Amino acid sequence: MNTAIEFKSVGKRFPKSEHDAVSNLSLTISDGELVTILGTSGCGKTTLLKMVNRIYEPDSGQINFYGKPINEMNPVKLRREIGYVIQQVGLFPHMSIADNIATVPKILGWDKNRISARVDELLELIELDPKEYRKRYPRQLSGGQQQRVGLARALAADPSLMLLDEPFGAIDAITRRSLQDELLKIHRKFGKTFLFVTHDIHEAFRLGDRILIMDGGSVQQYAKPSEILKNPANDFVERLVSSARQEEIEWNAGGDGNDRLSHPIS
Amino acid sequence: MIDYLIQYPDYIIVPFLEHLKITAITMLLSCLIAGLVSVLIMRSKVLSNLVVGMFSAVYAVPSLALFAMLIPFLGLGERTAIFVLTVYNQYILVKNIIAGFQSINPAIIEAAYGMGMSDLQIFFKVRLPLASPIILAGMKVAVVSTIGIATIAATINAGGLGTLLFDGLRTQNMVKIAWGTLLSSLLAVGANSLLNLLERKVQKITNEN
Repeated sequence: MNTAIEFKSVGKRFPKSEHDAVSNLSLTISDGELVTILGTSGCGKTTLLKMVNRIYEPDSGQINFYGKPINEMNPVKLRREIGYVIQQVGLFPHMSIADNIATVPKILGWDKNRISARVDELLELIELDPKEYRKRYPRQLSGGQQQRVGLARALAADPSLMLLDEPFGAIDAITRRSLQDELLKIHRKFGKTFLFVTHDIHEAFRLGDRILIMDGGSVQQYAKPSEILKNPANDFVERLVSSARQEEIEWNAGGDGNDRLSHPIS
Repeated sequence: MIDYLIQYPDYIIVPFLEHLKITAITMLLSCLIAGLVSVLIMRSKVLSNLVVGMFSAVYAVPSLALFAMLIPFLGLGERTAIFVLTVYNQYILVKNIIAGFQSINPAIIEAAYGMGMSDLQIFFKVRLPLASPIILAGMKVAVVSTIGIATIAATINAGGLGTLLFDGLRTQNMVKIAWGTLLSSLLAVGANSLLNLLERKVQKITNEN
């Protein structure tokens, strides 16, 4: 399989910080893979993600995007090939839903009909009726719908890579689940490479083809979910997995015997 | 009142046109300078606080005193008036321009960068339209304040509706005072509607893009 992204001894320390946000990290992400990056806040997962589209620049090492070193690419052009979704969504409040989704196609100079068709196609993909939603403004949408539009906007120009920074972190559990399902559906349909940052272990295991577990700026384990459950690489991963299991046991014990959770972990 | 207008149209129309001219030139200069100053200081919080603080100190000086202080340097007349009015406006305009840009949710800017918009595209398609309601609100305050303070500029021979007001006061001519008041109010209302029109235009343009 082709390599989508390759990190080569990448390091990053923020000014005034005493330790590395990401230290000497090397790994590869294959084309078409959905990799979830799991860790507590401050573990470096978001820093790692934002170095890929050059929102942050690494202090050392090199990142390759389909074989090309990204520091030799124009950051603006690089970003147009990468979809970017953040937790706060960041839709443009002064633009309609259609115009929000059309942002990158417009920059790229697509003609009007093609843009319009693409907007409809994407709205249907995220299950918002184009007739009803095209002309609405972001404030008229629920949080879950806004994040759906954020996803559509990132997909608009058909990027080969999607970066998602805790996109469902601020969304209620029920809506989050349906958004996860849609994300999986989209991933399967287009076979793009997804890098998905989350601090939610259930989400990481549910979505990831592979999971990258980070702590203190370095990789603790990078493997398939089943492999992580079978062979946790170290104490940290062991504790992480067992705490999630413990949580599920408590959930079940607190109930009346009905099974309330599906068990991605146990 | 109408009789007075018919009898001495020049006594009313000329000061009105002078006032209009002072206001227009002042607003044009003020907005240009405030835009430039804001761009220069916006990136630094310390600098913008310092500059806005300085402008607020100047704004607190009574206009009559400021006119008097500047006569030795700039002489009497329109030029001095426009200078003082422009300086006053800086506080209102710069403060609002900076507040307008600071009011934007940083997540929106991050998303814009992440999508691959250039600095210029982000400025014109995102930052400026989102800051414009607050900037336009500042312009509305500035234009009304300019029209008001410009009447005082009559004391330094700048002409304008202030001449009607001060003449009326001196000669106890209520008709003159009434015309002066009415016309400056009309001017303020007119300027405001013009800015409202501009606001709708701006909204329309940004929505179409």
